[in-house]
Amino acid sequence: MKTIKSILPKALIFFLIATIVCGIIYPLLITGISQIFFKDKANGSIIEVDGKKYGSELLAQQFTDDKYMWGRIMNIDTGTFKDENGNTLMYACPSNLSPASDEYEKLVAERVEKIKAANPEKGDTPIPVDLVTCSGSGLDPDISPAAAEYQIERIAKARGISTTQVEEIVLKYTENRFLGIFGEKIVNVLKVNLALDGILK
Amino acid sequence: MSNSILQYGLYLLILVILAIPLGKYIGKVMNGEKVFLSKILMPVENITYKVLKVNKDEEMGWKKYGLSIIIFSLIGFIFLFLLNILQGILPLNPENVDGTSWHLAFNTTSSFVSNTNWQAYSGESTLSYLTQMLGLTVQNFVSAATGIAVLFALIRGFIKVNEKGIGNFWVDMTRITLYILIPLSIIVSIILASQGVVQNLIGYEKIDLLQPITLPDGTVITSQIIPQGPAASQIAIKQIGTNGGGFFGTNSAFPFENPTILSNIIEMLSILLIPVSLCFTFGRNVKDKRQGIAIFAAMFIMLTASLGVIAVNEHIATPQLSQSESVDTSSTDKQSGGNMEGKETRFGIASSATWSAFTTAASNGSVNSTLDSNAPLSGMMEMLMIQLGEVVFGGVGCGLYGMLAFAILAVFIAGLMVGRTPEYLGKKIEPFEMKMAVLVCLSTPVAILIGSMIAAMVPSVADSLTNSGAHGFSELLYAYSSAGGNNGSAFAGFNANTPFINVSLGLIMLFVRFVPMMAALAIAGSLAGKKKVAATVGTLPTHNALFIGLLIMVVILVGALSFFPALALGPISEFLRMIGGK
Repeated sequence: MKTIKSILPKALIFFLIATIVCGIIYPLLITGISQIFFKDKANGSIIEVDGKKYGSELLAQQFTDDKYMWGRIMNIDTGTFKDENGNTLMYACPSNLSPASDEYEKLVAERVEKIKAANPEKGDTPIPVDLVTCSGSGLDPDISPAAAEYQIERIAKARGISTTQVEEIVLKYTENRFLGIFGEKIVNVLKVNLALDGILK
Repeated sequence: MSNSILQYGLYLLILVILAIPLGKYIGKVMNGEKVFLSKILMPVENITYKVLKVNKDEEMGWKKYGLSIIIFSLIGFIFLFLLNILQGILPLNPENVDGTSWHLAFNTTSSFVSNTNWQAYSGESTLSYLTQMLGLTVQNFVSAATGIAVLFALIRGFIKVNEKGIGNFWVDMTRITLYILIPLSIIVSIILASQGVVQNLIGYEKIDLLQPITLPDGTVITSQIIPQGPAASQIAIKQIGTNGGGFFGTNSAFPFENPTILSNIIEMLSILLIPVSLCFTFGRNVKDKRQGIAIFAAMFIMLTASLGVIAVNEHIATPQLSQSESVDTSSTDKQSGGNMEGKETRFGIASSATWSAFTTAASNGSVNSTLDSNAPLSGMMEMLMIQLGEVVFGGVGCGLYGMLAFAILAVFIAGLMVGRTPEYLGKKIEPFEMKMAVLVCLSTPVAILIGSMIAAMVPSVADSLTNSGAHGFSELLYAYSSAGGNNGSAFAGFNANTPFINVSLGLIMLFVRFVPMMAALAIAGSLAGKKKVAATVGTLPTHNALFIGLLIMVVILVGALSFFPALALGPISEFLRMIGGK
């Protein structure tokens, strides 16, 4: 009991110091530094053109029109966020499905059918795997260059422009591996679509 | 493919190259030697002791050290629990989230106080900025520091001769937080914010979609939500302190938590940085570097093996995904290929598989892909790494003191074979140390097996599963393994936010955190009171390949024997069905 009495004030004071230093000073210091040096990045990497916001370059939007580039399969979450008027705000989550189950096999088969039907130019060319799978966040903003290439003819046809024009845009928003080694080559879907619409120049 | 192999190799190499100097630095800090930050931090350190009324040379016995941990953790527990429940009426809550239910608060609190960071909550929709900063971020620091402190108490047990004290808990906590965790967190969080991890206190944004979405039921969605918050500062320490609890629900797969491959490399290396460093610190501080290298080697071999299994299985993908070649799963310069279900394009297979191996080896539990959607044998490997007791580097501090308990077990078994009293680092290992070591080694398997057994018999738990059959059982087994190993990662299809699951997992997390911790301190106290015995020809060397092999064998034996039946019902049976095409 005596030991407890001697420990208790030290424990309380140490917890108080830790809470102030690690819970208040540290996050506020980092917020300050980030807001001074990387304001746009620290506030969600929002794409803004002529005063209008078009979304975050880091969060996917779902595209299903033939004239747009499609991204990863999205598992739309309609339950979590609503606006003041009760309208659903788009969010998404991962599937968490086992890729070894019969249900999953059927699901992918349906996706393959749908994508093939939308891209008749490609015939029986195998579909790049990232187009038929859901991502880890549900909001993956990128696809692979292979998946982008697969869609070029469809987009060009739907928009009545040449495939070279589409290719140029895709190339412009393709990012290489970090130092040429780490990660994968990626194409940002929203940026490509904004460029196709002539919003991003 | 060759690029992927290069990535695996470089990740492991960079990790070790960074860990060696950091290990030396940590060793100096904990001995109170001068380091390059001393000039700035020494005054702060001394003021802290003054405020605490602590004499930094006063040593504590193991019981007082342990009691300090219990009281300190209890205060943190009460504070965080109240913060969760009351966040609805507290400030810094721009999204007006309500207080959480009592059982979710209990689960989240147990999870963060025990350095597990299991997420039954989803950060962006259930927690206020205040709870994230004042609650979770603080526990990320202090629970990590507590684990490291206990490790150093144990190391002192090996060094000291005929003494009662094993160090001063408040001095250890102050030094770890001030010299190690805060500086590293500042560096990492600034790099993360520069890459696009959000760090602000503004409310969520609503932005119109470029193409509105029409749902199957006819509803049209025209805008999306862009969550915000002070994320970078919390994510830095969640990685460095092997905590793992995400600011956002999908953890480091979420682009605002891990936006680029550079942020991924920094976060991924941060998972194992301190646990690997501590192996080298251990060798340095017991004044025999070879001892630290031997422990490191045993852990590193197991880590590499696990990484190999996960990588191969994820690159191959599954027959259900490749659809007789209608889907291109090959690895080329233009795509990562492989099992991309649940993975982000920017990370591909190599950086996702490495992360999954690191996070389950360390008891970190953060994820950058969904483990639930891994191929069956990858999922098994991840589960097994946790079930081995989180000693393959493991959590900061606790991984190494867990492994030292296995080392004690190993010398004891070797001692039985040759009929000598076992000794480790010059200290005789006697029945008391053995009992305590067994307590450290068996707490995890016992908690996992009993927990998952009870859960499997509760009918309502079945409603929490996303997948059916063998994989459904894996989801349940993974949840109880994750809690029982203080890991915190999940087969996230498992909906854990129910009263029974929240409470049972919470109790397990507290049990496996504090029982082994107290046992490790008991070993420390007992060893410190012993004299050193000189090494003779009959002493088993504990720094050579033979001992490394023996140590690995003991770890695997305890894990494999305990868990093989359960794994056969889950991932192994799923794997057999998968290749059988049925």
